[in-house]
Amino acid sequence: MAEVLIKVEHLHKKFKNQEVLHDISVEIHKGDVISIIGPSGSGKSTFLRCLNALESPTKGDIIFEGQSVLRSKNVDVLRQKMGMVFQQFNLFPHMSILDNLTLGPRKLLKKSKEEAEEKAMALLKRVGLEDKAGQFPLQLSGGQQQRVAIVRALAMEPDVMLFDEPTSALDPEMVGEVLQVMRDLAEEKMTMVVVTHEMGFAREVSNRVLFLEDGYFITEAAPEDFFYHCENERVQSFLSKVL
Amino acid sequence: MSLQEHLYMNLVQDKRYLYFLEGLKNTLIITFFALLIGVALGFVIGMIRSTYDRTGKGKIANGICQFYLTIMRGTPAVIQLMIFYYCIFTSRIFSGVFVGIIAFGLNSAAYVAEIIRSGIMSIPKGQMEAGRSLGFSYGETMRYIIMPQAVRNVLPAIFNEFIVLIKETAVAGYVAVQDLTKAGDIVRSRTYDSWTPLLTVALIYLILTMFFSFLEKKMEEAFQRKERG
Repeated sequence: MAEVLIKVEHLHKKFKNQEVLHDISVEIHKGDVISIIGPSGSGKSTFLRCLNALESPTKGDIIFEGQSVLRSKNVDVLRQKMGMVFQQFNLFPHMSILDNLTLGPRKLLKKSKEEAEEKAMALLKRVGLEDKAGQFPLQLSGGQQQRVAIVRALAMEPDVMLFDEPTSALDPEMVGEVLQVMRDLAEEKMTMVVVTHEMGFAREVSNRVLFLEDGYFITEAAPEDFFYHCENERVQSFLSKVL
Repeated sequence: MSLQEHLYMNLVQDKRYLYFLEGLKNTLIITFFALLIGVALGFVIGMIRSTYDRTGKGKIANGICQFYLTIMRGTPAVIQLMIFYYCIFTSRIFSGVFVGIIAFGLNSAAYVAEIIRSGIMSIPKGQMEAGRSLGFSYGETMRYIIMPQAVRNVLPAIFNEFIVLIKETAVAGYVAVQDLTKAGDIVRSRTYDSWTPLLTVALIYLILTMFFSFLEKKMEEAFQRKERG
């Protein structure tokens, strides 16, 4: 079995008096492509956002590359190794596409302008957007913005990529181009944790599917088993609605 | 009397233009330094307040700032000015100009702070999250990502505050500062001519505020929002 990259231990999260995550423990291995699925409001996004401490859990711990994310003195350094892609893209609208990609590497990884730009152009080329380098985010379509957001995270050379419903805000015809980029990443053995409603992606690309409902970690399975042989009632009820 | 005679009497005779020049100088000095204090302190307060709004951190600092804003925005600037001059800086080693700078600066800071706060709050939360997820600290994200966008959004409101400030300094005469307004008043009392000195003063203020408007337009052009498509 591959090396453990992220270890989630008895994670609890409460907002006010509402418990959104109940005692979740899971291990994420190097090279895993994990799809987290479940009904709306099940705590999927909260779980993902706990992994890089954008949300602070009420109880429990997250160990990333041997270090506690929650008790780390320098969570900023750990976050450099955990790329994140958001539903709303969250590109920096006051910067060109190229600057969006080079800001992190230049300021945080202390790369030279030339080095950072060379790497950024290579990444843009990879997602077919090298001709957009000089444009600004709001001049791009949603699908293009999301592809830029993915390579912005990749520019930091992360060890894991977290995706928070990356295709949910996209027009249907743009979903494919973003999923394709994610497929390519998976083929390159990038470790990925993906909160998604794209059952096709979960089935074809991921090697593990985690199912959450009402803040409980109900089950996990290989996609084949999850989609075709799962006997859990709640999973079956969910699948009957989405498939 | 003809217009020329009016102008001669109020501006040239007995070198009365010197009153206006001296007044303009004091008005500009007070405005300039008060503006610096206002912007610097306003930024700090605005940051503290929006940090509290967004993260819940700095409760005590936020409380102090809020108290400060309530007082500064809730009482007339001219009263604050007189309190500073007659109650706090009572030693006359402090000139009226100095006290004016302090009073107008602290007063303006309250307004700038709320403008900055509204600017920061207008930036979607996702921008902070995107910055943090790349590995930037809260402060770095503020500096590279939030503030450049926030300042751009509040530019018109900030310049509006500058224009208000320059006109507000017209009450500096209350603490024995011979500012532009006072200069006009002195000349009026010498020449018993009301129209010419007051219109002269009004015109100078107008030119100053128009300069600010011009500056604003230039800055907005420089900030040209290419990103809006």
